[in-house]
Amino acid sequence: MNGAARIVVDRLVKRFGDFTALDGVSFEVAPGEIMGFLGPNGAGKSTLIRILCGLLHPSQGRAQVAGIDVAKDPEAVRTRIGYMSQKFSLYNDLSVVENLRFFGGIYGVGRERIDARVTEAVSMAGLSGREDTLVANLAGGWKQRLALGAAILHRPPVLFLDEPTSGVDPESRRRFWDLIHTLGGEGISVLVSTHYMDEAEYCHRIALISGGRLAALGTPRDIKRLGKEAGAEAAEPTMEDAFVALVGQAQGGRAAA
Amino acid sequence: MKLRRIKAIAVKESLQIVRDPRSLMIALLVPLMQMFVFGYGVSLDIRHLPLCLLDHENSQQSRDLLARFSASSYFSVQSVARSEREIAHELDHGFCQLAVVVPADFSQRLVDAGVTSVQALLDGTDSNSASIAAGYARSVVSGFSADVQLESLQRRGGTVQTQTPVDVEARVWFNEELESRNFIVPGIVALVMAIVGAQLTSLTIAREWERGTMELLVSTPVQPMELMIGKLLPYFAVGMVDASICLGLAVFWFQVPFRGTVATLLFTSALFLSVVLCIGYLVSTAIRSQVGASQVALLLTMLPTVLLSGFAFPIDQMPAVVRGATYLVSGRYYVLILKSIFLKGAGVSELAVPILFLALYAAAIVFLAARAFRKTLE
Ligand SMILES: Nc1ncnc2c1ncn2[C@@H]1O[C@H](COP(=O)(O)OP(=O)(O)OP(=O)(O)O)[C@@H](O)[C@H]1O
Ligand SMILES: [Mg+2]
Repeated sequence: MNGAARIVVDRLVKRFGDFTALDGVSFEVAPGEIMGFLGPNGAGKSTLIRILCGLLHPSQGRAQVAGIDVAKDPEAVRTRIGYMSQKFSLYNDLSVVENLRFFGGIYGVGRERIDARVTEAVSMAGLSGREDTLVANLAGGWKQRLALGAAILHRPPVLFLDEPTSGVDPESRRRFWDLIHTLGGEGISVLVSTHYMDEAEYCHRIALISGGRLAALGTPRDIKRLGKEAGAEAAEPTMEDAFVALVGQAQGGRAAA
Repeated sequence: MKLRRIKAIAVKESLQIVRDPRSLMIALLVPLMQMFVFGYGVSLDIRHLPLCLLDHENSQQSRDLLARFSASSYFSVQSVARSEREIAHELDHGFCQLAVVVPADFSQRLVDAGVTSVQALLDGTDSNSASIAAGYARSVVSGFSADVQLESLQRRGGTVQTQTPVDVEARVWFNEELESRNFIVPGIVALVMAIVGAQLTSLTIAREWERGTMELLVSTPVQPMELMIGKLLPYFAVGMVDASICLGLAVFWFQVPFRGTVATLLFTSALFLSVVLCIGYLVSTAIRSQVGASQVALLLTMLPTVLLSGFAFPIDQMPAVVRGATYLVSGRYYVLILKSIFLKGAGVSELAVPILFLALYAAAIVFLAARAFRKTLE
């Protein structure tokens, strides 16, 4: 598995001064796999994604993306990933196409390919006919799809999406997840964090993070089963029930320890 | 380093500049305004200084002298006093800035000793204008004394014709104006360019941090050097327009004689502009808030340029330690270069040393600025 995994996270620790934001997290993500990060506010989801993007240096442990150690060669990692940060980070004062051309140029997409890639990204985001609209004037759902389009202009094998659908209407969220699955189908590994329980169901596997630790890891069905074992009362616990039970158990366990 | 990335950044940055016409207007109007404010505020070239005269002797010669003051465009006679008391009153109330008092034995001493003097009383509240006014008064008096000397020599015989005093000629030529406006305005050009140049770029990185676009940018393969060059290029263009405005005002409005070539001027100005743009960029990489970055950039450029570039305070009169510090101020080289180009018509070869220093300075600061930007969130 190790050889084939696109992302390898091995006993990863991240400290900010005295505060430990990540406390020995380990998991792997296979090619084409869609891995969901689920966890309460401050669990460490963004911190983990930032380490994997080479934006933060791990305090301890090891992380590999596309076969490259992120601490040793973050620059090599950067050519192989696409990233959507939690805060929208395209340029509001640039148009749709200007943004895409900019990121295409930055990611080093060749001149001969850039036009086709930009057109593709525009139609993928459903923005055909709005190529020259300033991004500031787009609604949330369009913005997020455009950001996704920008993140895959260079066809990276690994995609990090940090709460890409927060604050977006349900219809747009559904469309967004269709896109994620299309990308997974093309063999791209996607690591996506979310607050929405229903979205967790769309993932191949879920990593439930709480207080900087991995509280549970598995398919949505595994998670629900683990939730039941952790004390979720319903006969058929929902993702939400499982989440509450597992986070409670993780926090209780830590308090007891 | 990839040209493609540099171009992508330069295009993006240019679009952002154009999309923000208000900032662009400010970038072009501020240097214009500063040139006028500093040009007139600091310009030591004073015309029509209010003058008060007091003639205790009232002889042909004293009247001759005072007539020269009245005729000089440096002064405009406000009043003719009859007593020292009146003079004091005029000065105290700021009705005049300079009073010239001719003593009662003015021409008598000239006859007896061949030397005589007049008294100049100055309002010293503005010590700069005071010393300039004194300089003007001296030049008026020396013009007068040259004529007196010439006259008396001629009266004594024909041989003098050949030795018409060269030094007298020189003293007449010695123009206080050179000490003031012509020397000061090139310095002001340097000052305004330093301030505006660093301001232009001081926001460029901080803005991306504030808007949250930087997190994505640092996750891309862009290299610090590419980012810097791409971001500086469009501001370089804006800065050259600013430089042209400042230099144009110096020549056409402030009428500083321009004896050099435009090519030398543009080349050296481009070099200096690169330095100040990089200083702004360097500040921007260190300070993530726009307000903070702009204030630090202002402080870092304005203070050293005013104090240590030698345009307002002569470098050779500074204590050794301070004089040593002036070598670290890029404005010092540019002020020297500008003065030499404007007033002496110096070309690149005569300016090789300061140009070299400025180029080294530019290289060092480019290096620092490129290194200062770290592609991490920590
Ligand atoms: N640069 C930093 N310095 C100090 N503490 C930090 C820093 N970045 C994050 N933290 C802390 O680390 C913890 C994890 O933060 P992180 O942003 O990873 O959480 P998250 O799971 O993404 O939360 P959210 O769902 O709110 O986005 C939080 O307690 C946060 O305050
Ligand atoms: Mg987060």
